[in-house]
Amino acid sequence: MSEIRNELKYLSSHEWARLEEDGTVTIGISDHAQDALGDVVYVETPEVGSTLAAGDEAGVVESVKAASDIYSPVSGEVVAVNEALEDSPETVNSSPYDDGWFFRIKPSDVSELDNMLDAEAYREESAE
Amino acid sequence: MLTINVAADSLLARSVLKPLEYAASEPDGLRIKMGNRTPLFDTHVAMGGKIVDFGGWDMPLHYGSQLDEHNKVRTDAGMFDVSHMTVVDVDGPAARDYLRYLLANDVAKLDGKPGKALYTGMLNDQGGVIDDLIVYLRDPGYRVVVNCATRDKDLAWMNKQAESFDVTLTERPHLAMIAIQGPNAIAKTKEVLGIDWTAAIDALKVFESVARGDWFVARTGYTGEDGLEIMLSGEDASGFWRALADAGVAPCGLGARDTLRLEAGMNLYGHEMDEETSPLVANMAWTVAWEPEGRNFIGRAVLEEEKAQGVKHKLVGLVLEERGVLRAGQQVVVDGTEERGIITSGTFSPTLGYSIAMARVPVSVGDTAEVEIRKKLQPVRVVKPCFVRNGKSVI
Repeated sequence: MSEIRNELKYLSSHEWARLEEDGTVTIGISDHAQDALGDVVYVETPEVGSTLAAGDEAGVVESVKAASDIYSPVSGEVVAVNEALEDSPETVNSSPYDDGWFFRIKPSDVSELDNMLDAEAYREESAE
Repeated sequence: MLTINVAADSLLARSVLKPLEYAASEPDGLRIKMGNRTPLFDTHVAMGGKIVDFGGWDMPLHYGSQLDEHNKVRTDAGMFDVSHMTVVDVDGPAARDYLRYLLANDVAKLDGKPGKALYTGMLNDQGGVIDDLIVYLRDPGYRVVVNCATRDKDLAWMNKQAESFDVTLTERPHLAMIAIQGPNAIAKTKEVLGIDWTAAIDALKVFESVARGDWFVARTGYTGEDGLEIMLSGEDASGFWRALADAGVAPCGLGARDTLRLEAGMNLYGHEMDEETSPLVANMAWTVAWEPEGRNFIGRAVLEEEKAQGVKHKLVGLVLEERGVLRAGQQVVVDGTEERGIITSGTFSPTLGYSIAMARVPVSVGDTAEVEIRKKLQPVRVVKPCFVRNGKSVI
């Protein structure tokens, strides 16, 4: 079974978000999502400095067999992207919650995280 | 996130949305919907295959990494369960006449060469492709292998055309089929089959087969590598599969099968051709036997007219050396016309390290074109639709 980390928040479209100690929010895709996509070969991240609203398309992840949009779960300014994914997109498969993160946002309204699913709700949702 | 951008007609793409999870111990009663299963189904589950629905069949998509499986076939040896394909034996005094009428290629090319195989389209009256298939000359009779997704319409069509011939069509659903492919595939298969088969397999040239009882060993494949496709009794399939695995042949899923065939520039029914597509625009003109002129085959009149007028489209290969992945359904902008082409199959090429595609485009296409990916035009190189052969780039 796929790993679902209890400390993270999720979207039903399979992104996860983590509130960091410095107040930024890190975003990636879940273990379930990377497993369903298969080998990831290309990741398009948003530009550092760009501003996103919650629900905006923030990038694309392409596996050998499919392309999928990535949505931002929170509004704010993109403060960092995982540049290592450019050369090693397979990190999304091997470490979806740690080294395979996609981008980091400085949220304009941190309470938007409360609109996301907790681990239990996501577990139910992704179990169909 | 799992909003799939690729064309909805891709079975592999669709399957990513609903992976079916199976456990070997799961009691049958818990399954809500069960697809058709090959004799190797339990073996796939036991070996960690990720099972997905493929045209009504529960088949392994991969056993961990599609990329690793792909590379194993290009560099060593891999095996695929293709038992879902439909095998039909054609017998009777009029078998040859029947197939010469039914198929666009001419089975007369097989005369006097028992075991020899022929690739061909089976066309409708409008010259569209009902299916592509391989026909083998048995001794006596013929064996035809058609696609699984098209089984019902194929059999209906074949039976209908058989009404005016003295032939018998016998489906062989209890046969399993295993494709062993890669530079070391034949050596490893011989190791498993032992001394009794060595000489017979060594004697096989490409597109030849040899049969003994239910065992049918053909030097054919769908990967662009050397290898064998072996039909055998379903009862023997699991033992043979495990022995091949012990000999170092990697189990491979349908995911790798698709990237391998695309690199090899081989057509997939429903993508490069269908009932609306003539073989002349699907890179299958070489499979249409015009000679002898007197042979009437289904679709001939329409194809002759199309040929005389000149085809308006052709199948080409596309190469995207920038970052990104070409996908079926994306539009292709070519020089000399407003009309757009369309990508019929696209993927990331594990062997080349960038994206490749096959596309049906207006014949005015030059050496370069542009593909619309997420509303942006990306430049691509136009090549012959064949990218990798025997482990090496041919573009």
